[in-house]
This record gives sequence, structure tokens and C-alpha cells, in this order.
Amino acid sequence: MIDKIVPSLEAALADVPDGATVMIGGFGTAGLPNELVEALIAQGATDLTIVNNNAGNGDTGLAALLAAGRVRKVICSFPRQADSHHFDRLYRAGKIELELVPQGNLAERIRAAGAGIGGFFTPTGYGTELARGKETRRIDGRMYVLESPIHADVALIKAERGDRWGNLTYRMTARNFGPVMAMAARCTVASVHEVVELGALDPEAVITPGLFVQRVVKIARASTAGGGFKAAA
Amino acid sequence: MNKWSRDQMAQRVARDIEDGAVVNLGIGLPTLVANHLPPGREVMMHSENGVIGMGPAPKPGEEDYDLINAGKQPVTLLPGGCYFHHADSFAMMRGGHIDVCVLGAFQVSGRGDLANWHTGAPGAIPAVGGAMDLAIGARQTWVMMEHTTRSGEPKIVAECSYPLTGMACVSRIYTDLAVLDITPAGVRVVERVEGLALDDLQAVTGVPLTR
Repeated sequence: MIDKIVPSLEAALADVPDGATVMIGGFGTAGLPNELVEALIAQGATDLTIVNNNAGNGDTGLAALLAAGRVRKVICSFPRQADSHHFDRLYRAGKIELELVPQGNLAERIRAAGAGIGGFFTPTGYGTELARGKETRRIDGRMYVLESPIHADVALIKAERGDRWGNLTYRMTARNFGPVMAMAARCTVASVHEVVELGALDPEAVITPGLFVQRVVKIARASTAGGGFKAAA
Repeated sequence: MNKWSRDQMAQRVARDIEDGAVVNLGIGLPTLVANHLPPGREVMMHSENGVIGMGPAPKPGEEDYDLINAGKQPVTLLPGGCYFHHADSFAMMRGGHIDVCVLGAFQVSGRGDLANWHTGAPGAIPAVGGAMDLAIGARQTWVMMEHTTRSGEPKIVAECSYPLTGMACVSRIYTDLAVLDITPAGVRVVERVEGLALDDLQAVTGVPLTR
């Protein structure tokens, strides 16, 4: 019998090693699996590389993981926000490494890892400092930059409903990076607000097929708090 | 000197968006364009975080922070709208499926190079988001900005001094003084604010203007 439902957040994250690359879903606070990140803080793994669109909001979730000194490197597109003070402080003190990636390249590099693609040529970033040192190629008269896949040991994502095969649905724009991160990690842990019986999810509406998911853990529903607003100029 | 207000600029941009267009509006000034679409014009608003058919801000008390725009502000979904993941959302841009994007800018060069993501100032934390994908991905990239900096320096320049977002990607510029097209033959004045002489516009523009 296949049963990916795990009884607790602790059990879901028990084997995350030091030095792991951990993808964390979310765009600002939407889709950020706060409960899983809090559990990762409690679990204790350190020297982590974190892949997320941002670099933490406020004092909880990813921001708290950074504040706890557990992150060596962040790969993201938009670290600086009105409420990114923990990242800002660590970055200015030289205590955290930043790999800044245009957002679409970030999503596609994650997707490429999940899809078994060894690299791809994209026009995004050509001629900018974010493409410096990268291989370029002219294709049909247009210039492209070679970008590489981003693989992860673990992905932590927030979904809405799930079943014991790991099939997932999402809620509104909280979907964001969840489906591609689920593909790119060796172990994907999804938090859901509802665990349903096999067959209860409309097969036409499943967004992430269960084979991309290794563990599903149920958490209480809490409304998403706002955050991640653009910093004042 | 006469100037268009921010709302007048937004109104002017909105006038050029065709019925049926798929549109992405950048954070800040471009967001105002949505308020000025002429009645009867139906457009599909795309937001990079995975929504098309985005509607206006919700009523106070009805905000749901699982439904937000690129600026992470709460929005609504119009009938017909839908959600998708990030790789699909950026495929929509890069793949040329967005008709128009309207972006703010620090500088635009006479060739249409865009600088709008980073001042490069020491100590500034760089953050790019979707700016580079949007700039080169949309079928038309329009810039909406003040014509000069606060200290009166031209923002339309021969070469951008700020780090580039994309090369030769801007086709049209809407400022508080003029509407300008970037053409292979140079920067062409489409429209000027009432009472502004071409020479006076030229004096605050860093590249030669043609009519």
C-alpha cells in the first residue's frame, strides 16, 4: 500500500541533513509553507542553501530560519522588500551568500531540474550583469544565455488538498512555485489543509500528480497574512 | 512648464491598449493604467505570480492574501480568470504571449535599452524579480516614467548609466511631457504636452528627437 501521509511536521522533516539544498515555495507570503519552515527550524539542520522567490518576510517562517543563522546561501529573485530586515542585516554583514536570478529563469531552472533538462538557452538577462560570464548563443538572430537546472534535496511546499498517493491541488496564487519545486527535489514535502480519500480529488483538477510528492502532512488552516511588499524607494 | 499628471499619463497609455489585449502592468505608476481603460474595452490582466483575468482590489474586509498581484497586494479574479504555476506564467512572457507590458524605469536609452531594476549604489541590495523576463518577453514593452529625474536630469539617455534590465526592448515611452517611439531611425515624438515647444522637450532629453 502506498501511503505518503505522515503524522506530524517533525516526522516529515526528520532526515533533512546539514548542508542540504532546500526549496521553499511561495511568492511573498502566498504559498509559503510557514509551518514546515518552523518545523525545519526546530529540526536543527544547518548550513542550508535555500531556494525561494524572496528572502523572508517579517520575523517568522523563512525570515526566522535566516535569523537563526542556519542558512549559508539564498538563491532568489527578489530579496529586498519592506519587511526583509533579517536578510538585509545578514547580507550587509557578509554572513549570507546571495545568488540573484531573474524570476522566470528561477522558475525555469527549477522546472528544468524536474524535467531532466541539462540546461537551456533563454533570452532573459542577456547583456545584463546577471548573465555575466555565462555562455551565450545567437539562435535565429536573437541572443540567448545558457542557464543550468537547480536541483534540491528537499522541497517544502504549501498545497490545499492532498491524498495518500501525494496528488495535490492548490489555492489561488498560492500555487506559484509549488508544482515546479515538487518536480525538482528528491524529497518533496507538501503541507495540505485537507487530506482526502483516493478518488476524491477530481482527476481533471489535480495540479501536481502524486509521483512528484514523497510526504504529505496535514496542518490547520490559517488565513495567509500579508507581507513582502516592495520596499519604499 | 505644462505637465501631464500621473492620472493623465495613465489615461494616455490606456488609450493605446487595444480591445482584447493581454496586458501586464508593472508595480507603481503603471498600475494606474488599469483605472483608466475606456469603457467597453476588454483586456486580460496578467500578473507574474500566476494569474490572468485579474480584477480590481477587493472591498475592505474581503482581502485574501492567497490572491495577490506582483506587488503582493490583494486583488480579485474576474469571471474567466484562472491560476497557473510560475514556470507557465513566465513562459507566457518569454514565449511572446503577452501583448503589452508597461514598466517604470530609471533610464531608457535611445536604442530602447531599459534600466529599471537596480541603481548599483554601494550597499544597495539588488532585487530583480520579473523585470528582466517582462522587459524582453512581452510583444511590446512600454515605459511610463517622469521625463527627468527630480534634479532635472534626462532619463532618456544615449547610454544607460544604471545596470541594464534588457537590451533594445522598449518600443514606446510615455512621460509627463511627451509620448515617444523608439525607431531604428531614432526617437520620434508622437505627442507633446500642450504648449511645449520641440526645442524645450529636446533640452530635457538626452538623445536627438525627430518628428
